[in-house]
Amino acid sequence: MSVKHALLASLAKGPMHGYGLKSEFEARLGQAWPLNIGQVYTTLARLERDGLVEPDPTEGVQPQRGGEERRSWRITEAGRAALAEWYASPVARDGLARDELLVKLTAALDAGIDKVVEVIRAQRTATLELLQRHTRAKADAARRGDLPRLLATDLLIAQAEAEAAWLDLCEARTTSGERRPASRVRTSEREEVPR
Amino acid sequence: MTAVLELERVTHVYGSGHVAVAALDGVSLAVAAGELVAVMGPSGAGKSTLLNLAGGLDRPTGGRVVVAGTDLGRLDGRGLAALRRRRVGYVFQDVNLLPGLTAAENVALPRELDGVRTRDARAEALAALELVGLTERAGAFPDELSGGERQRVAIARAVAGERVLLLADEPTGALDALTGEAILGVLRARCDDGIAGVLVTHEARYAGWADRVVFLADGRVVDETERAAPAPAGGSPGGSR
Repeated sequence: MSVKHALLASLAKGPMHGYGLKSEFEARLGQAWPLNIGQVYTTLARLERDGLVEPDPTEGVQPQRGGEERRSWRITEAGRAALAEWYASPVARDGLARDELLVKLTAALDAGIDKVVEVIRAQRTATLELLQRHTRAKADAARRGDLPRLLATDLLIAQAEAEAAWLDLCEARTTSGERRPASRVRTSEREEVPR
Repeated sequence: MTAVLELERVTHVYGSGHVAVAALDGVSLAVAAGELVAVMGPSGAGKSTLLNLAGGLDRPTGGRVVVAGTDLGRLDGRGLAALRRRRVGYVFQDVNLLPGLTAAENVALPRELDGVRTRDARAEALAALELVGLTERAGAFPDELSGGERQRVAIARAVAGERVLLLADEPTGALDALTGEAILGVLRARCDDGIAGVLVTHEARYAGWADRVVFLADGRVVDETERAAPAPAGGSPGGSR
């Protein structure tokens, strides 16, 4: 996962302590992605094992209360190379990732088009409500000039938007064909239907 | 909350006999002062028809449309035209500014045509341009303005004077994402100041700015989101809801 690369990106600017790394990570992503300090230390340990970071020799180890060490870390050349490679590689977005909604919709197909439409509409309402909440969070981030938070909410909005568009498409596909919605039928035709 | 716009079981059938098509089929919708409602739905769902009826540009075949307490069905053509000019503002994708007039003149013109004295109309226009952040561009001609600025002028024109209802049909259509977002921010702020707004859009990201989203399909309301919680503290400028 990309926590290690995010830490490398922070260290690329200069040596830092574990707490500083945690603060910087959270400043970028806010509540969207809380990171506990234990995770920072285990990640740093793995990065050290892989030769991507090392203790900063210019700053000695400072003992802290409770016997823990407060160390400063710096990025190695291999770490810089790993970071450059990460920036250069696109993030993989393939596969359906066991999407529950897709499972639900395809299951609903067996129960008939009305069931599918019911599922689509309930989901779309929820998606649009989510979009409204994200939009408010975004407006708030914009007012505070919080660019990392803005980018995070932009992503959530784009994902919700994509889902809404996909739901529209699902509805159009399932209701086209043999089934014509009542009010699109010409009124004159409707009147001709025997009662 | 006072409803500025009320649609009561509104039906609209285009054509008659063999070619009659029900564009709206018993739609009810109330929009309060300070509220922005987004209307979404596939092409042909009745979105634009709804907007035309709400703004008195067309009359429903059945049901009632009430704007600021006035039943539009009780107005004759002149009364309807007067209500449209004074109480309702329109913003379309196609901005339609007059090329020979400055931004301020474009905003002031409908007010002057409505009998407001030139000096007063100009003062109103400048106030409206300030609301949309265009004070410094008041003297610019449309071809000197960017797409986003032109749309802001259109919004200023739509809210100038004593208008209480703002109807926007795909106002972000031709704009890039950031400019479109800025336009939505301006619409949102006008609603926060007490205008009732209806936004027709096919883009969910813009609908996200609304207090409620109404989804139309085949002339009927098929989905509706809950009214969103009020904006966080320190909300948009002038938040008076």
